[in-house]
Amino acid sequence: MHPILKLVAQRLSLGIILLFAASALIFGLTEILPGDAAQAQLGQAATPESLANLREEMGLNRPALTRYTEWIGGMMTGDMGNALSNKLPIGEQIGKRLGATIFLASWAALISVPLAILLGLVAVRYQNRWPDKVISGSTLTFISLPEFMLAYILIFIIGVKLQWAPSFANVSPDMPLLEKLHAISLPVTVLTLVVLAHMMRMTRAAILNVMQSAYIETAELKGLTSFEVIRKHAFPNAIAPIVNVVMLNLAYLVVGVVVVEAVFAYPGMGQYLVDAVVKRDVPVVLTSGVIFAAVYIVLNMIADVVSILSNPRLRHPK
Amino acid sequence: MSEPLLKVRDLKIGATIYPPDAKPHDIEIVHGVDFDVMPGKVLGLIGESGAGKSTIGLAAMAYGRGGVKLTGGEVWVNGRDVLQSSRSDVRDLRGGEVTYVSQSAAASFNPAKKIMEQVTEAAILQGKFSKADAEKRAIELFRKLDLPDPENIGTRFPHQVSGGQLQRCMTALALCPQPDLVVFDEPTTALDVTTQIDVLKAIKEAIADTGVAALYITHDLAVVAQVSDHIMVLRQGEMVEYGDVDQIINAPREEYTKALVSVRSIEHKEKTPSGTPILTVENITARYSGTNFDVLKDINVDLHSGQTLAVVGESGSGKSTLARVITGLLPPTKGRIHFNGRDLSNALSSRKPEDLRELQMIYQMADTAMNPRQTVGTIIGRPLEFYFGLKGAEKQKRIQELLDEIELGEGFQDRYPAELSGGQKQRVCIARALAAKPKLIICDEVTSALDPLVADGILKLLLQLQKVEDVAFLFITHDLATVRAIADSIAVMYQGEVVRYGGKTDVLSPPFDDYTDLLLSSVPEMKLGWLEDVIATRKMQSGGN
Repeated sequence: MHPILKLVAQRLSLGIILLFAASALIFGLTEILPGDAAQAQLGQAATPESLANLREEMGLNRPALTRYTEWIGGMMTGDMGNALSNKLPIGEQIGKRLGATIFLASWAALISVPLAILLGLVAVRYQNRWPDKVISGSTLTFISLPEFMLAYILIFIIGVKLQWAPSFANVSPDMPLLEKLHAISLPVTVLTLVVLAHMMRMTRAAILNVMQSAYIETAELKGLTSFEVIRKHAFPNAIAPIVNVVMLNLAYLVVGVVVVEAVFAYPGMGQYLVDAVVKRDVPVVLTSGVIFAAVYIVLNMIADVVSILSNPRLRHPK
Repeated sequence: MSEPLLKVRDLKIGATIYPPDAKPHDIEIVHGVDFDVMPGKVLGLIGESGAGKSTIGLAAMAYGRGGVKLTGGEVWVNGRDVLQSSRSDVRDLRGGEVTYVSQSAAASFNPAKKIMEQVTEAAILQGKFSKADAEKRAIELFRKLDLPDPENIGTRFPHQVSGGQLQRCMTALALCPQPDLVVFDEPTTALDVTTQIDVLKAIKEAIADTGVAALYITHDLAVVAQVSDHIMVLRQGEMVEYGDVDQIINAPREEYTKALVSVRSIEHKEKTPSGTPILTVENITARYSGTNFDVLKDINVDLHSGQTLAVVGESGSGKSTLARVITGLLPPTKGRIHFNGRDLSNALSSRKPEDLRELQMIYQMADTAMNPRQTVGTIIGRPLEFYFGLKGAEKQKRIQELLDEIELGEGFQDRYPAELSGGQKQRVCIARALAAKPKLIICDEVTSALDPLVADGILKLLLQLQKVEDVAFLFITHDLATVRAIADSIAVMYQGEVVRYGGKTDVLSPPFDDYTDLLLSSVPEMKLGWLEDVIATRKMQSGGN
């Protein structure tokens, strides 16, 4: 078997084990916490009888292990079950929400990844001169601001004062694409600014590291311009570390958008998960948690595969 | 007479240095050098490290490595001063009119790109050839340079060919754009002697065939004597002597040149072994885990107290692996090691502190063998504490004694490795090994990273210490001159086996086996025409490089 396929198979099987472990961990933690979905729904004033009735109805009075294996069994057959709080099928809800989150994340990624790499290349070309300092300074400022703060500043300036973009990201499935993009322009901007610095700094550091190599001198002595040296000779050797950071940030765009979705009232996974946590809706929390974990695992695996493909020593052993 | 291709006048080169305990400041490293290179001629630049020879070579391409700045003078190439040229003119010069071959092709090829792409890049970029023509020319050059499978070697990545082959690919890279001048910067220094000879021959023939002029930079006079028309001797950024090859080699005028020509002045008479050996290696066979071949095959050697056994061979012959087996880093699959009256355990973890103390090592790269954040005193003091429990004034006194022994005086205790020269660093490593009062020191290529004159000093020191401390040396080296200088007995290794073993005089006297003959005849000699003679007379081809 091709070594890369073998690696993918290994990672996938390991990933499945990891998903089991993650779900068990999430379930265990929700069990340790006091209170449950029935308590959350009825509030502090509920009588013990009504609580018991509701628990009976939700199936919460059965042993923890039974409930967990039931959920696992459902997942294995593709049935994610129903939410405890509103009885709606989880699969359908997540389908809509995840689609929205991935839509937002993809646009943020599409803008931020090329921009970060380009800015990284420029920063290397003008290392320690003003373009480098401006790029580093501004991206670091954006990453230092809390996301919600950045979001509110943008809402205030662009949404309220200039009125260029809507302050709330209201999207519905039947909107045309351009309208959707206009609606999400502010959250996309915030997400881009938040992940830009990390990827740009890593690109800069990885390429600077490669720039110390003797083959960079060879390239310079061939009469290549500085930018050609960086693009043709340094960048291909810096792909592995860059891809790793890019994937980490892509995962963050999917998993870490909770705050940004909340600020812009965007109907994505983040809001859904926060709602479920408040309502102690364990099946929803479990399912969302496992999906987030799967996103991490798959993206990291892609990073590893790309790293290997970018290295001819691993691609073509002697 | 025609105009010189390269005309250098009063070239001054500076650099910024960053001393550990002072402010950064500028120093001058080349103090006004003049020379000419005529079209089609080869000028050898020779000197020790720090002489400024690479720096001068790169100045012909208007290039300063790292923080090096070309501060003054003129460098005329094809009738224009490249130090005054615009950036885009300089880019046309580099890779077009002047090209460069570096010491380590392995590091100078981009690991992510195929060889062909890199060899033809400059020629295409400078508009000298179309892609197809450049590739055709590259294949021609590969053939001319005796590379195996010239049609297809370009489709490989750098890590898929050997060091000697890559060095020849680098020469092809430099010749591909049909330059007027090639700067060869120690192109054979990193190679084995038997490989060096083939690369040297390939380079020499390629220079002759293409009629290109060259600056040939090296620290090895015997090598430069084979390829140059003229030689310039440099020392500390100044010219010492300039002349044609014949005059420099056979009738040097300056004292410094004479010292370079007659280097390796050590006379060491072989001691005959007596009594029981301190180290006996018996039937040692070893392999690395995960491989299916033996890197050492049935090795048997003895070493007597106070004597030196030199283990010689090319890279890959298994000589360093033998050191790993003796020190316990690689447990052998068969055989045993008898040391100072007892059997040594195969695995390092089960050896006793006494075993560790009596068997010390000195490494090739003194730089990486010392913690850069520890002072010399701490480095030497560590084994004193560890093995003998010395503390305070007693320890200080012993450290100073050791420093005196290695001919470094007072005041070195508080210095950091970065503040020492290459030779001084290696001396500190020797002192650290001696601090343990060992019976045997394994010296792994301890002089190969040093300049000849400095290496000479280290070898003299080792011989003297051997007399005083009665310590045995297992001396691993690929350099036969070193072997002649210090060995009492010699083991020649080839592909994991000892092919010749005995007292120095016996091993180095004919009749030779084919491999020893190849090895001995490959050592460059300081006479004109040596290269051609050897190629014509040798019995065995060097394998696979």
